[in-house]
Amino acid sequence: MIEVKNIYKSFNGKAVLKDINIVFERGKTNLIIGESGSGKTVLMKTMVGLFNADSGEINYEGKNFIAMDFDHRKEIRKEIGMLFQGGALFDSLTVEENVMFPLGMFTNMSVAEQRERADFCLNRVNLKTAHKLYPAEISGGMKKRVAIARAISMKPKYLFCDEPNSGLDPKTSILIDNLIYELTSELNITTIVITHDMNSVMEIGDNISFLYNGEINWKGHRNDVMYASSPELNNFVYASEFMKKLKSTMGNKSH
Amino acid sequence: MNWFFHIGRYYIMMSRVFSKPEKWSIYRKQFIKEIDNLGLGSLGIVVIISIFMGAVITIQSAFGFESPWIPLYAVGVASRDSIVLEFSPTIVSLILAGKVGSNIASEIGTMRVTEQIDALEIMGINSKSYLILPKIVAAVFINPFLIVISMFLALLGGLIAGQMTGAVTHYEFIYGIQYDFRPFNVTYALIKTLFFAFIITSVSAYHGYYTQGGALEVGKSSTNAVVYSSIVILLFNFILTQLLLS
Ligand SMILES: Nc1ncnc2c1ncn2[C@@H]1O[C@H](COP(=O)(O)OP(=O)(O)OP(=O)(O)O)[C@@H](O)[C@H]1O
Ligand SMILES: [Mg+2]
Repeated sequence: MIEVKNIYKSFNGKAVLKDINIVFERGKTNLIIGESGSGKTVLMKTMVGLFNADSGEINYEGKNFIAMDFDHRKEIRKEIGMLFQGGALFDSLTVEENVMFPLGMFTNMSVAEQRERADFCLNRVNLKTAHKLYPAEISGGMKKRVAIARAISMKPKYLFCDEPNSGLDPKTSILIDNLIYELTSELNITTIVITHDMNSVMEIGDNISFLYNGEINWKGHRNDVMYASSPELNNFVYASEFMKKLKSTMGNKSH
Repeated sequence: MNWFFHIGRYYIMMSRVFSKPEKWSIYRKQFIKEIDNLGLGSLGIVVIISIFMGAVITIQSAFGFESPWIPLYAVGVASRDSIVLEFSPTIVSLILAGKVGSNIASEIGTMRVTEQIDALEIMGINSKSYLILPKIVAAVFINPFLIVISMFLALLGGLIAGQMTGAVTHYEFIYGIQYDFRPFNVTYALIKTLFFAFIITSVSAYHGYYTQGGALEVGKSSTNAVVYSSIVILLFNFILTQLLLS
């Protein structure tokens, strides 16, 4: 469980996060949704210490990460798997080596065992033939999947995904959503996913936090997201024609 | 540019660079890779520059000594001293600052702007030490070899040029090289080389590591890396010469 408490963050006097309070539950897929530029990535990076919060607490199982020194943070970070919005694969390593990298650094696995684990993770994201290629030689969607494979290779306790399915075709997108959802309950981990994809929201959103202008505007379950009273959230949810139609059909059925 | 800010941040960075590595086997692998990249990768340019500069230094010395009162072997003495004291350690290091420095800054800068450094940090890896330490150690280890090779080839270039142009016979030249030879001059050159290797790698890594922005800024960092490591090399050249030779 990760608890975000009264987090404020600004850049050069411009407030990006204002008093954020969220509890991310273990074994659940916790979503952060919101418009582009609303502060989702900044929130996620603040939670893992890539940005320093102006004030507030980030509690991992009750321990405040912000107050920790490098060595204590390191212990927590070893349990974090993170997928960056841009993938952040290591250019100088092949796909397979990218996934093996944390294993080589932190485990005593032999190279053969590392390779086996990497192969397993790459299979889970449906990548079977790209092992020996370099990041520059694969497509954007493939990079994303390699990054997911790398994030799960160490069997993390906390999984952070910044837009895991942007740039993927609908089929792969659903595959990745399902993978994240399955891993979360299977390994009983705390998963946090940033997304703007309403399809993902409706599929895997156990706990949804809607970020608007640097503030939490709404929190709830996927079943409630369509009937929320927040006008900002409604604007976000019903931006697409598809969702409008969905609502009207569902509305007709329930009455 | 705020020098105090940069010097302070450089020290903080270096204190993290020299903290205990996560896993020695990985660092050893990185070290060998950097030897190949920074050392062997620079061999070609060192060879070419040394031979030609050695030739020019010799011809110029001979040109300056066209007097019946100065023995011909003085050309060998003068060439040797310019090459050992200044050309090989300082000028070659400046050229390496251009080649290796921009390489390091752009590599680390690209890793910064594409979040690869963040990815390392998130895994719990000390990115400063992981990325920078193997480069510093590799350069400090390999540059003295490059400089000794440079000295040898520059003298060889001088010998050939002297012979070919008829400025000085190879007999006189070799006699001059050996005349009143002071081994300490080579020690002095190698001490300078160690300092310069450290400066090139750490200053360039600093510029790469603190790149902010995108591809454009990576280019700027790479230019700054070359400019500032050259300036610091020249400054230390002056200081070390004062300390060691006076
Ligand atoms: N390093 C930074 N320095 C200054 N401002 C920043 C920095 N990173 C983000 N910001 C600002 O913070 C705000 C939120 O950015 P953030 O990246 O969190 O958006 P986001 O919600 O992730 O958007 P998207 O969905 O497009 O990824 C933006 O206005 C951005 O300009
Ligand atoms: Mg973002």
